[in-house]
Amino acid sequence: MDRRHKGLALALLVLAPASLVLALAVGSVTLSVNELWLALQGAPDSVATTLVRELRLPRALSAFAVGGLLALAGALLQVLLRNPLADPYILGISGGAACGALLSLLAGLSASWVSGNAFIGALAAMTLVFGLARAGEVQTQTRLLLTGVVVASGFGALISLILATAPAARLPGMVFWLLGDLSYAAAPALGWATLGAGLLVSLSIARALNLLARGERVAAALGENPARLRGIIYLTASLLTAVAVTLAGAIGFVGLIVPHALRLLAGSDHRLLLPLAVLLGGSFLTLADTLARSLAAPIQLPVGVLTALLGVPVFLYLLGRTK
Amino acid sequence: MVLLAAQELTLAIGHRTLCRNLNVPFAAGENWAILGANGSGKTTLLHALAGLRRPEAGAVRLAGRDIAQYPHRARAQQIGVLFQDPESAFPATARETVLTGRHPHVGRWRFEDTEDVAAADAALAAVGLADFSHRHLDTLSGGERRRVEIAAVLAQDAPILLLDEPTNHLDLRHQVEILELLAARARASRRLGIFVLHDVNLAARFCTHGLLLDGDGGCIHGPLADILTRETLERLYRCPLHELRDRDRRFYFPA
Repeated sequence: MDRRHKGLALALLVLAPASLVLALAVGSVTLSVNELWLALQGAPDSVATTLVRELRLPRALSAFAVGGLLALAGALLQVLLRNPLADPYILGISGGAACGALLSLLAGLSASWVSGNAFIGALAAMTLVFGLARAGEVQTQTRLLLTGVVVASGFGALISLILATAPAARLPGMVFWLLGDLSYAAAPALGWATLGAGLLVSLSIARALNLLARGERVAAALGENPARLRGIIYLTASLLTAVAVTLAGAIGFVGLIVPHALRLLAGSDHRLLLPLAVLLGGSFLTLADTLARSLAAPIQLPVGVLTALLGVPVFLYLLGRTK
Repeated sequence: MVLLAAQELTLAIGHRTLCRNLNVPFAAGENWAILGANGSGKTTLLHALAGLRRPEAGAVRLAGRDIAQYPHRARAQQIGVLFQDPESAFPATARETVLTGRHPHVGRWRFEDTEDVAAADAALAAVGLADFSHRHLDTLSGGERRRVEIAAVLAQDAPILLLDEPTNHLDLRHQVEILELLAARARASRRLGIFVLHDVNLAARFCTHGLLLDGDGGCIHGPLADILTRETLERLYRCPLHELRDRDRRFYFPA
C-alpha cells in the first residue's frame, strides 16, 4: 500500500462518520452540533431527540449499510463476470425483488410484507439464475451473464405489466420503490449485520479475487478452486444485493460506479478495494439520501435519482482525469 | 528422480483422441519440448499435466501420487503454469501481477511480506523488467506483458514449470534469453521444465527431451537427439522441410 492509497483510505475513514453526522444534523430542521449531541444523548421531551433518534438515525444507518452493500456486491460481481459494466442488478436480483414488492404494494400489504416479499423475490431470482447457469460447463461467466440478463429482462416485462395494470393510486408508491427509497428502511441492524458478514467473507477471498481478475485458469493454476470461488462470490453478492433491495428498493448507480471510481483511484488490489468500496458506497448513499430529503423539503426526492445526478459528473471527471 | 509422470494417459476432445495410453516419466533436470501441428493437443496435454484438466483415462502422477488427489494449494506450490494467452480484465501494475505468483506461499489472512516482494522484484529483474515494477500492464508492449507473465510464474518458485508457448510476442533476443533463463533453471537446480513450442530449432537448442503429438492419438517421445529427424518432423507437420547443418547443430526450415 503506497502513500496515495493510505491517503485515500484515511480520507474515506473520515468521510464515513462525517456523512453520518451530516445526515443526522441536516434536514427539514437543521440542528447545530450542540443540539445534535444533546439529542443523541436523549435529552428528554425534546423534538430534536425524537427526530434524531427515531427518524434520522435509523435512516442514516440504513442508507450507509445499503450503500456499502451495493458497492461491495458490485465490486464482487464485476470480478465474477469479468465485466466492468456489471452492477448488483445485472443478474435479475432486483427484478425478482421488485416483482415481490410491487405485487405486495398492488395487494395493499403493509411495509413489512413488502420487504419480506421483496426478499423472497430476490432469493427466487438468485436461485433461478444460478440453477439455469449451472446447467452448462463451458464459458461459465458468459453463460451466467446471459442467463442473468435474460431473466432480468423477463422480470422487467413483469414489472411493466404490473405497473400498466395497477390502479393509479398505487403507482407513486411503486415508482418510488423502483427508484429506490429509504424512508421505510427501518431495520439498519439487518443491513449492518449482512454488511459485516459479507465484508468478512469477501476479505477472506480478496487475494483470490486478484487472481481471478487475471483469469480463471490462472487462479486455478495458483491453487484456487474457481468453481468454488464462483459459488462463494455469487452467493455473497446476491445476498448482499437481496438485503439492499429489501431495505431500500432498487437504488441504482452506487453498485456500478463506486467500485469503478475506486479502481481508478486505488488500483485493483481487492484487499484494499473491497473495504474502501464499503466506506465510499456507504458515505455516498448517506450523503445522497440527506440531499434527497432536504433539497426540496418537505417533499422527498427519490434517492436513486440523486445518486445518479451526483454520481454521473463525478465519475466522468475521474474518467477524464486518469488517462 | 521422476517429478511428474503421465500414466496410461488418454486425452480426447469430442470424438478425437489426442493421445492414447501415454506413459512418460518427466525427471528432474530435464527440459521437455511438446511439439505438434496446430490443434494436435499440445495445450490440452499441458493442462492435463498441470492437473487443471481431468484426463479421459489414466492419470498424471506428481511425486508418485495422483495429481487429482492433491489439495489445489499444495499442487500450486509444486507446479507453475504459463498460459498461452493472458486475459487480464482489470488494470494492474507489473509488480502487482507478479506478486499474484506468490499466492500459494502466502496464508489466507496474510499480506505478502518483504520476502515475497523481493522474490517478485527478482523475477522482474530476471526477465529484464527491473525498472517496470510500477508500470501498468496496459502501457506495456505485447512482449513486455509476456515477460511479466513469465516473471509471475518465476516468482511462484515451483520445481516444475509448464509453459505454453513462452516465446509468444518475444523478439529474437528475448526468445533466446527467456528460454535460456527457463531451461537453465531446470538444468542447474534439478527442476523440470515442459515447454509447448512451435519453433523446432529453439526446442532443439534448449530442450533435452521431446514429445511429438501427431494429432491422431499417436505420440513419439524421448531424448531429442534420438527423435528429432527431418523425416519425423515432416510427418509431424505434414510439410516438406530443409535441413541445414552448422557444425554439430541441425536446423529445420519449411522447404
